[in-house]
Amino acid sequence: MKGAKFYEHAIPLVLPVAIILTWQLASQSGLLPSRILPSPSAVVGAAWELALSGELWTNLLASFKRAIIGFVIGGSIGFFLGLLTGSSRYCDMFLDSTIQMIRNIPHLALIPLVIIWFGIGEEGKLFLVALGVMFPIYINTHHGIRSVDRGLIEMGRVYGLGRWGLFREVMLPSAMSSILVGVRFALGFMWLTLIVAETIAADSGIGKMAMDAREFMQTDIVVVAILLYALLGKVADVLARFMERKWLRWSN
Amino acid sequence: MAVNDMDTQTGLNAGKDAAKGLAVSARNISKRFGDKTVLHDLDLVIDPGEFLAIVGRSGCGKSTLLRLVGGLDDITSGSLTIDGRPAGGINQDTRIMFQEHRLLPWRSVLQNVGLGMTGDWEQGARDALEQVGLSDKADDWPSMLSGGQRQRVALARALVHQPRLLLLDEPLGALDALTRIEMQRLIESLWLRNQFSVVLITHDVDEAIAMADRVVLIDNGRIGLNQPIPLSRPRQRSSAQFGELTELVLNKVLAK
Repeated sequence: MKGAKFYEHAIPLVLPVAIILTWQLASQSGLLPSRILPSPSAVVGAAWELALSGELWTNLLASFKRAIIGFVIGGSIGFFLGLLTGSSRYCDMFLDSTIQMIRNIPHLALIPLVIIWFGIGEEGKLFLVALGVMFPIYINTHHGIRSVDRGLIEMGRVYGLGRWGLFREVMLPSAMSSILVGVRFALGFMWLTLIVAETIAADSGIGKMAMDAREFMQTDIVVVAILLYALLGKVADVLARFMERKWLRWSN
Repeated sequence: MAVNDMDTQTGLNAGKDAAKGLAVSARNISKRFGDKTVLHDLDLVIDPGEFLAIVGRSGCGKSTLLRLVGGLDDITSGSLTIDGRPAGGINQDTRIMFQEHRLLPWRSVLQNVGLGMTGDWEQGARDALEQVGLSDKADDWPSMLSGGQRQRVALARALVHQPRLLLLDEPLGALDALTRIEMQRLIESLWLRNQFSVVLITHDVDEAIAMADRVVLIDNGRIGLNQPIPLSRPRQRSSAQFGELTELVLNKVLAK
């Protein structure tokens, strides 16, 4: 039985390990010039050096901070607007079509304007991240609140729940699975927006690190930056899954 | 033991036994949705502590009547008083059990029973669960229970507020025959013990006669029959009188 378990864990790893080994061999034999792609060991070495010099942590922290602050701002606005239009017909009539129109503008197309407005400082990037995060959370919150079972709301009223009680006991938990779907989409948009924004204009962050390395043809640092984004994306995903497990415990 | 606690508690605000149940009085009430009239000038009085069953075909207006009494909808004309006061909105002495259990899937069984209670609610909720025989399910999710158990939790949730009027909107309709009889006995015994008034909506004539003091038939928004059921409790379905009454009501329901 233990043997079978081991194989189950090992089989998915076979291909990635083989790819990395081939890559390493190709680099070492000179088949793959390091100008195109550095060897895996060179990437690890670069990451190690960046970590030792502290450059890695400063830039990682700068990117992470931007991502979180932008997410919180955009997420809160989207959540709040979604609650508003989801629970009130009048707010829905008044706001929804406008929000849908703005949603159709690809937010990355605003980058030239954003640079004119904010320069290459923090505000511009926070603005873009917030904008990118807002819509998936808005749409899914709106949808979640809209699809709350009318029967449960009626029951809640009969059993003495007030407006706040109905929101806390019935509407929010009912909408939660939909809201969390929005959160996962939003996390994807968050990293994407940040990568683009930092690559085009930034004075710190992982994107800045990659662009500086490009000037000196340091492909190993560029690859480190790419892998860092992947890692951050994974961390965000794990976080989202943790929230799902915590708040949707009842559904399995 | 929980039973005695409940008796003394209701006794405090009730004074004498007969006052535990609410009286309902409907005079000439009508209900229209748009230009469709669902109830026509209907008169109905429910005595405090009475167990009234309302039967009728689907769409006859019986559920609408229950929703009016429960304060979920407003009457179009006429007068409806509960405990002598004009009905308007949801009454905190009235609880409704719906055809679907309407439990919150994201709250535990115990939390569902304690829904809307304030202060030290947990003991009361546990007592109510004990009354319906589900103490051991307190920490389960509703999705882990069977259909009958879910309706028993819904019943506990209604009882925990010590209602003076319990409105049952076909709550046993979706249960299998055995679970149904079990639930009928449970509701009857809890009613005998707590002495609230009950209005039971059902399409099952047999169920109405097994449980109610009086059976009212609603036909096309009007009262078609008002039949007291003088059988002693516990009722035997096999008795000749039971059969006669069932036949009488059933013929009236089916008559064109």
